[in-house]
Amino acid sequence: MQRRSPNCRPKLRKLSNEGVVSTRRFMKKPKRGVPEGLWLRCPGCEAALFRNDVDKRMGTCPECDYHFYLSAARRVEHLLDEGTFEEWDADLMPQDPLQFCDKKPYIERLEEEQQRTGMRDAAITGSGMIRARRVAFGVTDSAFIMGSMGSVVGERLTRLAERATEQELPLIIVSGSGGGARMHEGIFSLMQMAKVSQAIARHHDARGLYISVLTNPTMGGVAASFASLGDIVLAEPKALIGFAGPRTIKATIRIELPAGFQTSEFLLEHGFIDRIVSRDKLKSEIARLIDYCGKLA
Amino acid sequence: MAMRSANGLEFEAPIFQLEQQLTELERISPRLESTETAIREIRRQLAEVTSETYSNLTPWQVVRVARHDDRPQTSDYLHLVFDEFIELHGDKLFGDDRAIVAGFAQLDQTKVMVIGHQKGRTTKERIACYFGCAHPEGYRKALKKMQMAAKFGLPIICLIDTPGAYPGIGAEERGQSQAIAENMFEMSRLNTPIICVVIGEGGSGGALGIGVGNRVAMLQHSYYSVISPEGCAGILWKSHIHAEKAATALRFTSRHLKEFGIVDDIIEEPLGGAHREPRQMAIRLKSYLSRTLRELKQLPSDQLRNLRYEKFRRMGRFLEEQTGVSDPLANVR
Repeated sequence: MQRRSPNCRPKLRKLSNEGVVSTRRFMKKPKRGVPEGLWLRCPGCEAALFRNDVDKRMGTCPECDYHFYLSAARRVEHLLDEGTFEEWDADLMPQDPLQFCDKKPYIERLEEEQQRTGMRDAAITGSGMIRARRVAFGVTDSAFIMGSMGSVVGERLTRLAERATEQELPLIIVSGSGGGARMHEGIFSLMQMAKVSQAIARHHDARGLYISVLTNPTMGGVAASFASLGDIVLAEPKALIGFAGPRTIKATIRIELPAGFQTSEFLLEHGFIDRIVSRDKLKSEIARLIDYCGKLA
Repeated sequence: MAMRSANGLEFEAPIFQLEQQLTELERISPRLESTETAIREIRRQLAEVTSETYSNLTPWQVVRVARHDDRPQTSDYLHLVFDEFIELHGDKLFGDDRAIVAGFAQLDQTKVMVIGHQKGRTTKERIACYFGCAHPEGYRKALKKMQMAAKFGLPIICLIDTPGAYPGIGAEERGQSQAIAENMFEMSRLNTPIICVVIGEGGSGGALGIGVGNRVAMLQHSYYSVISPEGCAGILWKSHIHAEKAATALRFTSRHLKEFGIVDDIIEEPLGGAHREPRQMAIRLKSYLSRTLRELKQLPSDQLRNLRYEKFRRMGRFLEEQTGVSDPLANVR
């Protein structure tokens, strides 16, 4: 039996019902990548930054434009018009089909992650407006078990794509996943790759638009499925994007990896992404792209 | 009889011993009545011990069997199962990846397209095949050939046998993740029957890249996993030595996957594994393929596509509070 963490639901409810997303609410808990405290050091330029300044700029460094981690809820706040987000399939809860246990049981790990992040699983999906254009919007949060794709993430994204097709909405998915497929759910996770990909294929066949936005990090089974399938693939600057993790590659080929390997810039150079877009311009760029790709009558 | 490598599996030691005894006894001629009796007795013991060992393989032992040097590979089945094979090379973009072979073949009277991972036998072959780890050009070759097959109405048979897609600099530069994603995307749209069989290792995305089929089957002692047991152990237990534990936790044997509804069929292996009786294995694989193909050929092409979609659409385990069901399709229709 899946027990539900008492903390996770009200938060998401606030998100959809009130329409106004409070930044503060999601910043209370310690987040991976953004340490607590009044000050923080930018990994890009080593500058000591006042946390409030970084927050105001949606998690970017005022000095060097380094892109910090941004939670899924803040992504919603950042990219969608205020009060327009309506969450879909919020009641999907992860299960533990393998009774998986490494250092601790998966079911406990899930509860801890739910408490810590206030999410039920690593993805939030729904519909909303981007500069008054209605879209089907999904985002994965790299803080929830590395943003890995288990059955819930796969199912929510699949339903998102299917509804986008049905309702003729542009599909926008912001990916952040250091983990790829979630090994705790074994083969079920792997199959989510095929499940989401085929839903995107149907969206494509119905001439639907899909814009994929890659953020730091997008790896493994997430990179090797929905994240790479956009009609247009955008990436935030200097994000880590790739199939195999740098450590795995190093262990296999035993040579030093070149500087800038598997970054957004590396992928752009090799022809796998369309544009690198800084976070402050992301919303307006997506809106403009939608206008170019709107359905023909 | 298959060639036996020196590096046998340690849990096969009792079987090995009996087999050697048997070979020695059989060499004696002329045979006395007592020798005949001894041979019969050893044969009986051998069957017993082998069946005992192989009906109780641990998940880690399954992995060892699936990786066995003598386990039949795609190239063996191309000889033993199909009447003709015309190999078609190259992705027409970058190069020809030896880790995936593709080409026209005849299964009984039916013309088909066969795609399969190839690991190689000799050291030289293995290096040329990257031990069965395909690069993006391998997946793109597979896709090009599958699309051609669909164009000419040929059914597709995919033989999966890979530790995983190749992790390397070139593979990343040429878009490993994009190649695998695109294969799943396109395979879901092909208007022709697709049968996938895991014949050895079903390594993660590298396997799924040619794994979206109307029927997915596994040979009895193969495995199909989201991550290699070593990889999983390295991440979750911080050391590769815990691979055995990871193998158990991941529940990736054919029996588990059939229970989970991920694979449709298990193709039984001959007593003592496919590496002991490759020919026998090939006969069973062939009969499975012929039978399944006959079924699938009855279906109109758009239905094949829809059924394939629904098959993968159903996969996943989660709880839905509203309806209290965990059948993904219940909410979609």
